[in-house]
Amino acid sequence: MIEVINGGPLSTIQDLGRFGVMKTGFTQSGVMDSHSAKLANTLCGNSLNAPVIEMTMFGVTVKFKEERIFAVTGADMGAKLNGEPIKRNKAYQAKTDDTLSLGAAVNGMRGYLAVAGGFKADSFMGSCSTNLKIGVGGYQGRKLRAGDKLECGEAKIFSVNHREVPENRYSNSVSARVVLGPQDDMFTPTDIELFSKQHYTVTKDMDRMGIRLCGIALKGKDGMDIISDGIVFGSIQITRSGQPIILMADHQTTGGYAKIATVISVDLPLLAQLRPFDILHFDVITAEKSEKLALKEKKYFENLR
Amino acid sequence: MNYRFLQCGDCAVTVQFDKEISKEINSYVTGLNELVESEKISGITDIIPTFTSLTIVYDCAVLPSKKLKKRISKLIEKIKPGEVSKVRVWQIPVCYDDEFALDIENVSQHTKLTRDEIIALHTSEPYLIYMLGFLPGFAYLGGMDKRLVTPRLKTPRLEIFEGAVGIGGEQTGIYPIASPGGWQLIGKTPVKVYDPNKQNPILYSAGDYIKFNSISKEEFSDIEKQVRENTYEPVYEVTEL
Repeated sequence: MIEVINGGPLSTIQDLGRFGVMKTGFTQSGVMDSHSAKLANTLCGNSLNAPVIEMTMFGVTVKFKEERIFAVTGADMGAKLNGEPIKRNKAYQAKTDDTLSLGAAVNGMRGYLAVAGGFKADSFMGSCSTNLKIGVGGYQGRKLRAGDKLECGEAKIFSVNHREVPENRYSNSVSARVVLGPQDDMFTPTDIELFSKQHYTVTKDMDRMGIRLCGIALKGKDGMDIISDGIVFGSIQITRSGQPIILMADHQTTGGYAKIATVISVDLPLLAQLRPFDILHFDVITAEKSEKLALKEKKYFENLR
Repeated sequence: MNYRFLQCGDCAVTVQFDKEISKEINSYVTGLNELVESEKISGITDIIPTFTSLTIVYDCAVLPSKKLKKRISKLIEKIKPGEVSKVRVWQIPVCYDDEFALDIENVSQHTKLTRDEIIALHTSEPYLIYMLGFLPGFAYLGGMDKRLVTPRLKTPRLEIFEGAVGIGGEQTGIYPIASPGGWQLIGKTPVKVYDPNKQNPILYSAGDYIKFNSISKEEFSDIEKQVRENTYEPVYEVTEL
């Protein structure tokens, strides 16, 4: 068992998301940065979908009440084991009564903590992801706080040797690849060019639902309203003000604004690590290329096991 | 029938039928949704039926978009538009008492209808569930009598109670959970349309119908008690519409 000493401002248990539920109006939820979560799980010998803790802006402090292998990935939150700095992207063995503490994110936005065997969590509609709005999944459907006791599953690995990849850094100027559509035909050629050439500023309005950007407004051919249709993780809506909102893990399932483009799946993790006032640029690629990149990402994790 | 594939990154494609909110176009969406679900195509991870389109979320590592589109095109050929099929009509009891009908005066003033006329019109016909969205179990219903059309509140409420039944412009519907909202509230249903403790937490699906039935405060309390004690079974009829 692992006891939470400090839950931080927003730490929730997430897996890769709740699938097959969007037709009922339920959002998918799941980790914002799937790359970091998959990496943390892989380092701990877990399946990619095992529940992890996602920490926002500031990390958790936990006490191990048993021996347990763990790994921290994602944002640099200055992780320490019993006061000694430890690396990200590396598996460690905690002993009984060891304390793992994470602080403010100094690089990136969201950190991930996985344990060998995964966290045991409430499953709801086939997923352990926490949906805070509805109050289901994860740990009693809520964010973690001091005193919570997290049970762990059965570990599949017993050594931390060679369970490490190089630490990564997040830039505050990010280029995210997109595929145009579904409603790019509602924009003028000038709009498309402006969208793909300008540097947007990330505003402070950013959470698990979406990220609002600020830049030169797009005009659209005839307004931004559409008959409400389906939204996916990475959809870029242009609102009536001409500014983009990127829909993230807790996005609504449907919406009535035109979506000029969609961020490709392998670049969504970069967006999850954006901070207010970071710079974002969109790089338009073809759907074929985006599929190749998704395959490459899948192979990366297959080779890592 | 006309349709286009709209690419949504590497994870989804939207099948867009004619952009017209009508029962006919929506029946293509529902028809394709049923076909895709019954085929259990491996690689499809989620599906979002809406007014005029169906968004199919998939894992391109399992099912590349080219293959997906080919399979979907074949399924679309199988849709038989206008075919009379059996639908579920959910009988939803609604109490239009003052305690819950916070805005029925507004509706009355705007529509020049009496309270009884409003209730009679609101409960007269079954409404088609075009799609679910906005909240878990929030149904976008079509077919409300035009005489009931009332604009939304100028200032939305910060919290509308669970089960509230309201009118927002040309639409009517139920709030499945407490939520902010701007609709004119005319009643409340004791039935839980979203129940996390059920195997299927959402009562109905897109393509089903909802028929509201007026109940008294006593009946409301009675059903509310049954819901609380888990003895209430929501009622639906299977019929040809």
